[in-house]
Amino acid sequence: MSSGRTLLDIVGLTKSFGGLVAVNGLSFNVKEREVVGVIGPNGSGKTTVLNLISGAFRPTSGSIHLSGQDITRKPAHHIARTGVARTFQLVRVLPGLSVSDNVMAGAVFGRRRLWRQQARSHAQSLIERVGLHDKHRLPVSSLTYIDQKRVELARALAGDPQILLLDEWLAGLNPSELQTGISLIQSLSEEGRTIVLVEHVMDAIRTLCDRCIVMNSGQLLAEGSPDAVLSDPAVITAYLGDD
Amino acid sequence: MTPEDTRNILIGIVCVAIAACVPLVFNGYWLSVALTAMMYIALSTSWALFSGPTHYISLASGAFFGIGGYLVATGMSDYNLSFWLMMAVSAVVATVFAGLIGMATLRLSGVYFVIFTLGLAEMIRNMVSWLQNNVLGSRGLYVLTDFTEAHIYWMLLTVSVAVFILGALIARSRLGFAMRIIGNDETVARHVGINTARAKVLLFMTTGFFAAIVGAIIAPRYSYIEPNLVFSPELSFLVVIMALLGGMHRLWGPLLGVIPFTLIWEAISIWIPNFTTLFLGLAFLTIVYFLPNGVVGLLEKLRGGATP
Repeated sequence: MSSGRTLLDIVGLTKSFGGLVAVNGLSFNVKEREVVGVIGPNGSGKTTVLNLISGAFRPTSGSIHLSGQDITRKPAHHIARTGVARTFQLVRVLPGLSVSDNVMAGAVFGRRRLWRQQARSHAQSLIERVGLHDKHRLPVSSLTYIDQKRVELARALAGDPQILLLDEWLAGLNPSELQTGISLIQSLSEEGRTIVLVEHVMDAIRTLCDRCIVMNSGQLLAEGSPDAVLSDPAVITAYLGDD
Repeated sequence: MTPEDTRNILIGIVCVAIAACVPLVFNGYWLSVALTAMMYIALSTSWALFSGPTHYISLASGAFFGIGGYLVATGMSDYNLSFWLMMAVSAVVATVFAGLIGMATLRLSGVYFVIFTLGLAEMIRNMVSWLQNNVLGSRGLYVLTDFTEAHIYWMLLTVSVAVFILGALIARSRLGFAMRIIGNDETVARHVGINTARAKVLLFMTTGFFAAIVGAIIAPRYSYIEPNLVFSPELSFLVVIMALLGGMHRLWGPLLGVIPFTLIWEAISIWIPNFTTLFLGLAFLTIVYFLPNGVVGLLEKLRGGATP
């Protein structure tokens, strides 16, 4: 559990697509070095929240501050440079580039803005960090699914973000890969990274998260430690329905 | 510099030296064919600087080329301004214009961008024609200079060399790396911190700049300029097809498309002049079906290398 300063501060965040309100007046914050899980039933607006933070969508109303800087309606590239990095729900690697260049993309254009040898060696250290030691020269299209996810993670880390957003990074992994994945994220957390993760894998939530935000129909349903929220009757009802 | 860089620079110098000797060996018909080829080398290569990595097919080359030719003609014919001044003016005008178009349209994706650029080029051609006929008076515009075909050829060679040097520098820069990422996945590009709009507009302006310079240099070759000649939609298509034929994922790709295509095009224009449009269509189909990565892609496949 962490009691550092507030890194991400979200107030009254709302996003509507035409008549559909995907996120409705959501407020929460994330402290430095904290791992926060965003959970909730399908369609409750979790991914939309990540998209709003990373600048993929612009909020209809509300505000988002990162370390005191207003990033509410800034373009995605600006938010990335301010220090938000993310992975995508459906893994998005750069298929025409090598593993090394994929990760360099984060190092070159992210918050650190490294170039040439510095960027390359920074990328190399992260490739090793996520466990792709001998694969840095391969085209990413030849990698397995979990390795592509590792590339995406390394690319996000390469920008040296203040906060890392993981959108179902563990989805689609088999049981043994899942254990590997969970310990990888755990080790990032132990390094002192601040992480917000959208996740359906409850084991991961229990193991990784200091705190959970539970969403339902775009609104905040519950907030607290994983064990507390997962035994909250309102949360159980939202997931399973009445009776 | 790696040994490979040194080798490429040496090959480049030899190629330029050989190309520079063409007017000393040939004149008349063959020099004129070489001049046409050199014009398309500059146009297609600079076009591919933008369209290669982004896969945005621009059909606006004719518009920028036309701005070059037409401004040189108007300036020299109506206002007695110097050729060099008008060339510089037209380059600035086309670059600014490309910047405006870029900012307005580069969020359009795929086919919408293609149609927009085609429509835009046609609109400019018609507007300039109308202005010429109704406002400026339908006088002809003459571009009279002392330039011989050899001079024009050497000027175009200089522009082509500049395009190649710039292309090589961009490929090594952050901008070039950004463009490769944008071409792979624009969403990822934005989320790693690339200002995608700025990168795309910058390269689109580069394309406009060079097309206008080439249009300006070519103007003295025509001597008599009218809007329908320089704002040519056919030119836009030829630039695209030659770059596609050569292959857009290498800087020297379009070069390998321009040379064979210009020769075939010349031959067809002489033997069966009524079939050039038919040929253009067939060439498009053939390239798309059989040479999706162009001559460069084919060469790399034959050598067993992977095409990116």
